[in-house]
Amino acid sequence: MRRLLSLHALLVYAFLYLPLLVIVALSFNESRRGVRFTGFTLDWYRALFQDPRVLEYFGNTLAVALVSTLVSTALGTLLALGMVRYRFFGKELLRYLLYIPVVMPDVVMGISLLLLFAFSRELLGFPRLSLLTVILGHITFQLAFVTLVVRSRLLLLDPALEEAARDLGARGFQTFLHVTLPLAWPGVAAGALLALTLSLDDFVVTFFTAGPGATTLPLYIYSSVKLGVSPKVHALSTLIVGLSAFFLALGYALSRRRV
Amino acid sequence: MNEAATPSQRLFRVLVTVGPGGLWLLLFVLLPSLLVLLASFLTRGPYGELGPPLGLHNYARALEPLYLEAFAQSLLVGVWATLLSALLGYPLAFYIARHPKRDLLLFLLLLPFLTNFLIRVYAWLVLLQREGLVNALLGAFGLGPFPFYPSFGAVLLATVYTFLPFFVLPVYASVERLDWQLLEAAYDLGARPFRAFLHAVLPQTYPGLFAGSVLVFIPAMGTFVVADLLGAGRVVLIGNLIQQQFGVTRDWAFGAALSVFLMGFVLLSLYLYARIQGERGLEELV
Repeated sequence: MRRLLSLHALLVYAFLYLPLLVIVALSFNESRRGVRFTGFTLDWYRALFQDPRVLEYFGNTLAVALVSTLVSTALGTLLALGMVRYRFFGKELLRYLLYIPVVMPDVVMGISLLLLFAFSRELLGFPRLSLLTVILGHITFQLAFVTLVVRSRLLLLDPALEEAARDLGARGFQTFLHVTLPLAWPGVAAGALLALTLSLDDFVVTFFTAGPGATTLPLYIYSSVKLGVSPKVHALSTLIVGLSAFFLALGYALSRRRV
Repeated sequence: MNEAATPSQRLFRVLVTVGPGGLWLLLFVLLPSLLVLLASFLTRGPYGELGPPLGLHNYARALEPLYLEAFAQSLLVGVWATLLSALLGYPLAFYIARHPKRDLLLFLLLLPFLTNFLIRVYAWLVLLQREGLVNALLGAFGLGPFPFYPSFGAVLLATVYTFLPFFVLPVYASVERLDWQLLEAAYDLGARPFRAFLHAVLPQTYPGLFAGSVLVFIPAMGTFVVADLLGAGRVVLIGNLIQQQFGVTRDWAFGAALSVFLMGFVLLSLYLYARIQGERGLEELV
């Protein structure tokens, strides 16, 4: 029985890694077409780094990810704090609104934001579909995830610690800065990393909210893939796999630090 | 938070913490959802613009056989993907949870999962195409080449591949909390392994099984990218139809009606899940 379970696990892991290994191997393959390995080369990486468009798309991806992660982490941390600490009118509604971006298929998220921007442009004259609308879209789904992650961390904290700070004369903001935030920090960091990963990975919401000049790497990958198999995409994918591994290891290291 | 706080101080604190995020959710989650609902009752104008007359015509159209078929296909992908994920993921969750190096195994499970979604789907395109690796391997045995791509099977395979961790993680969480003494008790009472598993272990993992099923079923039903790349027009799911209406066809009103249908389906499956799991179950999904 145990053997059978091990064999099963081995096969599932092989299933998980086979496609990635093939992509990585092909990124070093001389041959442009097919899967026959004809020789080792770094040409595709060279071509990738010499393509000014790819650099531009990479810059866009990074800009969107950084700005949206910063905003969503700040808003999400505050929102989580308020929802854990206070009762207020409309709290139930907010709770349900938080679940929507988590459970809705991204195509629905994408088109609903597109409709919002279209209506707003019709009525108010802005915003034009651009990197800005992409950022607004990313913040929207990130905000939900950050809030839920930070909230689950805050629920674990001992309220006595904040009371002690207040007994010692700390004011609301001082308590937040010196007691609550440091204690919630691993949750905030985990939320931010999740937000960053989601943004870097997102294709669908970007697809619907991006205007001309707002191409990101996932959009570029999509359009290249639609045209057929390309070794440059293999090289790009390999780099992204490496970057994901790095972020995952970082997040993993952070989450292991306990209170 | 603080007995000493006056009502106005309290209001200020709520406004500072909840205000910005709450406003964001109202503006970018609630309002757009209402706009989708509104658009679904409108009519497409000659240039693709939305306008009156208001009516249920988009919903009536969504019930035409052509579109119902896409719905049925999506449902089929969702159900099959969930079943296959259970088959692959359920035993794996046990293996990981009982392994001394489970942290490493979890890391290895998540790594492919955090690789760009498009790349994971694309990798299957590379593997399954006519001159791809699978056909090359089969060719070495004198078989094929088979037209694996584009097909329903290819779409299903890549769907399972991309969403499998969504199934494993919640099951893993319930296996970790498992009370193994119940299993021993079952053995002591003379149960054979299969019966002992059925009565002492399986019910304890129901929460994880339900959560995993919802987490695979919903995105599997709702995605358009996998079917777009690996179905190449032959496998049309509801997500593809929605994307087309907001892309080339430019019939936003009809696309909105299809989205409302899809949302309805998602909410229905979440409602059923909450009914089985209770309100707390919904929290544990996230």
